[in-house]
Amino acid sequence: MNTQSRVLKTFIRAFDLEEPVETSELAYLEYPEWTSVGHMTLVAALEEEFDAMLETSEILSMSNFDKAVEIMSRYDAG
Amino acid sequence: MTPADLTGRVALITGASRGIGLAAARRLADQGASVVLVARQIGEPVLDMFDPERLLLIEGDVGVADFSQAAVKQVFSRYRRLDILVNNAGIMRPAVTGMISDADIHESLQTNVAGVVHFTQAAARLMARTGGSIVNLSSIVGVRGVAGQLVYAASKAGVIGATLAAAKELARHNIRVNAVAPGFIETALTEGLSPEIKAETLRSIGLARPGTAEEVADVILFLASDLSRYVTGQVIGVDGGMVI
Repeated sequence: MNTQSRVLKTFIRAFDLEEPVETSELAYLEYPEWTSVGHMTLVAALEEEFDAMLETSEILSMSNFDKAVEIMSRYDAG
Repeated sequence: MTPADLTGRVALITGASRGIGLAAARRLADQGASVVLVARQIGEPVLDMFDPERLLLIEGDVGVADFSQAAVKQVFSRYRRLDILVNNAGIMRPAVTGMISDADIHESLQTNVAGVVHFTQAAARLMARTGGSIVNLSSIVGVRGVAGQLVYAASKAGVIGATLAAAKELARHNIRVNAVAPGFIETALTEGLSPEIKAETLRSIGLARPGTAEEVADVILFLASDLSRYVTGQVIGVDGGMVI
């Protein structure tokens, strides 16, 4: 499974989304489930999925799906 | 497994080199937890009190913003989990209102409040995987106030606010957050007080004696373990019935 698929799977799990998901709509504070509280849920889920701990700067800059994929690719060993 | 059994769990304690922090670390370790001791400096005698197989030392200043993140990353690298955080590190700079320096205000708030917030931020992300318990050290002066400790009282009241807010926010991740508010406890923080102030303080305590660090550690164990699994957002006084 590539990074994008793993990130999408994690978004679906963290926000309890129904497939198919239009990833271009996944943006912080714009997508209904992606609130400031939801952001922590998402970050914790991504860290668990990728067995990693993100930097604070990465957490703050994770503003949409593509950015999340870019950040998590740094932690994708597989 | 009893509710107080912490076998397999990982506990990080700040200000763990002495006093209440050290007593809490020992109590949690006695119950089977692997302990992460965080302090500016940790001496050899302290290390001898712990099983080296279940011990991680991290030296640094909780008042430095990036330190908490680095410390929790070390915990992640070693254990991949964090179940208990005891935010104990704190400083006290007694001074009457007109004699408080700006440097003391900043240092006290940075260590006593910002340190709690930073460690809560960093720990909560790792804790969210398994659930956990955060225990913050406030003080009776943060609840009641006392003359001559304006900044300390403000900082410890801030700890209570942080506790209550974090309890509400983190409950959905099965992370409980509570505070302990000790009264007059015999530690390095209080040993510098004059005999007159100590005598006057003792007269205000219902149980007519100072508390010990171990007595506070027992309450920390209660809040850290499953003994308190349905308790969150509480401030528990450990003050022997002290009135101020």
